Amino acid sequence: MTYVLEMKDMSKKYGDFLANDTISIHLKKGEVLAIVGENGAGKTTLMRMLYGLEQPTSGEIVLNGKTVKFSGPHDAIENGIGMVHQHFMLFSDFSVTENIVIGHEPKQNGFFNRKAAAEKVKELSEHYKINVNPLKTAGDCSIGEQQRIEILKVLYQGADIIILDEPTAVLTPLEIEELLKTIQFLAEQGKSIILITHKLPEVMKVADQITVLRNGKVTGNVLTQNTDVEQLATMMVGRELQKLTDRIQLDGDPLLVVENLTIGGKNAKPILDQLSLTIHRGEIVGIAGVSGNGQSELIQAITGLRKIDSGSVHLGDTIFSGKTVAYRRNAGLAHIPEDRYLWGAAKEAAVEETGLMGYYRKRNFNQSSFIKLNSFRKLVRGWIDRFEIKTPSLDEKSGNLSGGNLQKLIVARELGFETDFLIAAEPTRGVDIGAMEYIHEAIIEKRNNGDGILLVSSELSEILTLSDRIAVMYEGKIVDILNRNEATEERLSVLMAGGNENEASTKTTTTA
Amino acid sequence: MELLDLSFFTSAIRMITPILLAALGGALCARVGIFNVGLEGLILAGAFSAIVGNYFSGNVLVAVLVGALGSVLVSLLFGMAAIRFKANPIVAGIAINFLVLGLTTFGLRAIFNVKGAFYDKNMEGLPKLDIPVIEGIPVVGNLLSGHSPLVYIAFLAAIVLYIFFYRTVTGFRVLAVGKNEAAARSLGLKVTLLQYGAIVVCGILCGLAGAQLSLGQVTMFTEGMTAGRGFIALVAMMLGQSHPIGIVGSSLLFGLMDALSIRLQGFSMPTQFTAMLPYIITIIAMFFLKDRGADSQLSGQQSSR
Repeated sequence: MTYVLEMKDMSKKYGDFLANDTISIHLKKGEVLAIVGENGAGKTTLMRMLYGLEQPTSGEIVLNGKTVKFSGPHDAIENGIGMVHQHFMLFSDFSVTENIVIGHEPKQNGFFNRKAAAEKVKELSEHYKINVNPLKTAGDCSIGEQQRIEILKVLYQGADIIILDEPTAVLTPLEIEELLKTIQFLAEQGKSIILITHKLPEVMKVADQITVLRNGKVTGNVLTQNTDVEQLATMMVGRELQKLTDRIQLDGDPLLVVENLTIGGKNAKPILDQLSLTIHRGEIVGIAGVSGNGQSELIQAITGLRKIDSGSVHLGDTIFSGKTVAYRRNAGLAHIPEDRYLWGAAKEAAVEETGLMGYYRKRNFNQSSFIKLNSFRKLVRGWIDRFEIKTPSLDEKSGNLSGGNLQKLIVARELGFETDFLIAAEPTRGVDIGAMEYIHEAIIEKRNNGDGILLVSSELSEILTLSDRIAVMYEGKIVDILNRNEATEERLSVLMAGGNENEASTKTTTTA
Repeated sequence: MELLDLSFFTSAIRMITPILLAALGGALCARVGIFNVGLEGLILAGAFSAIVGNYFSGNVLVAVLVGALGSVLVSLLFGMAAIRFKANPIVAGIAINFLVLGLTTFGLRAIFNVKGAFYDKNMEGLPKLDIPVIEGIPVVGNLLSGHSPLVYIAFLAAIVLYIFFYRTVTGFRVLAVGKNEAAARSLGLKVTLLQYGAIVVCGILCGLAGAQLSLGQVTMFTEGMTAGRGFIALVAMMLGQSHPIGIVGSSLLFGLMDALSIRLQGFSMPTQFTAMLPYIITIIAMFFLKDRGADSQLSGQQSSR
């Protein structure tokens, strides 16, 4: 009996839907268990049951040899289980210290001893080599730093089993490296770690044991040393992954031309600084960069969501500058937005309504201002079939779809406009491998049809897979444009961090 | 009569009290993420209950306690709707306001058999407290001494609330609930309990505000005697950004305006016109508010699903 945690035959039913079907996992002290699976495979449900946020329909949780029942997160925390949520649970106005100690504040007669708290946080941070500034306001911290706050919070609560839910989804490549190191270090210190993710290379690097879920069932439990990425992917998706369609060499005319685009910032530094970029027909131009270097603003400037200070944007012969979003979209622009909840969908609206956005104006779907729902529904059903979007019905609330499925719906909608030009911003953020394959395939297909695509992604692998040319953005400028065959992850990383080419070569040699 | 003499400021301090008490109550609710529009109704419930308590017991202390209790009961009703049944707090709050207006008018008929207003010369109002040392100081003594105990309690409450929010553990958790309820829940904090706690204390504070209205100056109750003070308290709360000390400042402003509107009537300004003053200030204040107040990051926080 060496397991610190066993979950035996866990099942969870939502109505008729079986989200977890007799799933069993086990975990030893100091072990890293990765639970991988596509969106909706039941990873999150399983962890919510472990953390007391959901009650299992059947099954038992055995902790250190004793059967336990959690009625809420409070119980889980008491029993040494901590969870780092995918969407951070932070109080952005509170200091780092306050965020870490909350719930177990050091106190004297009911008064909050903030000084002692800061001390404790400092000690903890040094002990686990997780670097934070205890006095900073959490909202001012970078995403990576915020995640470190979350991990320290869990450690502070005395967790021996730490659940990390999709921890790398929001991190830059360097931050991911650091996180993986932290995970290994924590495991060496005797903490048991459950890592939930669908990024297989990370799993291979850090996990000891891997459990694969598909459609609520366990499809595989393997030791990391006995497996590889391909095998895991097959277990996850349930079929072999296909190779992307070959790209046809196309030498198209310039399509989207951005010239000297400038947007001033709050401070002296402009957000976009005299940026020029041309995208040709039949070409995918990828923008690589650490987020916050002007990528979002560039997209918003092109789509008309944000005012520009100077410069111009053309699409073919159409001048975009000063025109409305609707005008630009009519002229041949489609846009997969980076934040699907903010720009891409209305959470409270039905799936059908989210699909309808932008189409209601079109002749085919609009008869003297009445929407022709019937012909439209046919179109949406077509998308649902083609992209295998999992939704109970067309009337389901968009917000109830899993992130990946909603993303597929948005991608289908934007591709459905059949425009000459597409902006794909983070098209596969939070999307599982199967869905990613569909989306990538669709983008390549659009390119092969002779349309132009601007791809913005924080995933370097995605940029490298899809782009014909890669533009690296740093502090509002395009610092370099590399061709597909000359770009490597290392070169891009250095450029993204603001280094130049010469430094790049020296840096790679020193780190190698 | 001068425009701004000593008695003007003493009356201003008196005017501040109900606004300050109610605004502090509202701030507590705002800090746990419930925007309490029902302050007006809670004050009115307190004012009426206090008169009832006074009439039947003849004891001022009992009267104030009954006032607080009456308000707490109504407040709990609001809390049930907003927390237990997840009703929109704005709608629930407005419902509370109208409910209490109707209930108190009905109560006047049913209990005292009068219409419009109830007054009994045998009823005793709140005593005036003379503070030993300060009383003797010229000007300051007149200004600060000789008010009803509730006036002092109001300012004391602001200080206590400040210490509670920013020095105690429970206060810290209250702030946390208001900032990000989802996160507070995920930490296993007793969110619902804290919310009900805030609702109850808000009821007590509004009850005291009502008691000050009905027992503080003239001992009587008139229909709808709060006359929008609950809403002014709401604005004072927002202008003070739900910070106790900020609320003292904004309440001072509105108290002064209240006193000024009465004083101006002595300068042959039409009553109807001067009565607008606090509300004009309210509208002007709104320009400076924008989306301030106790902001919650609720909309930005995704649940962990």
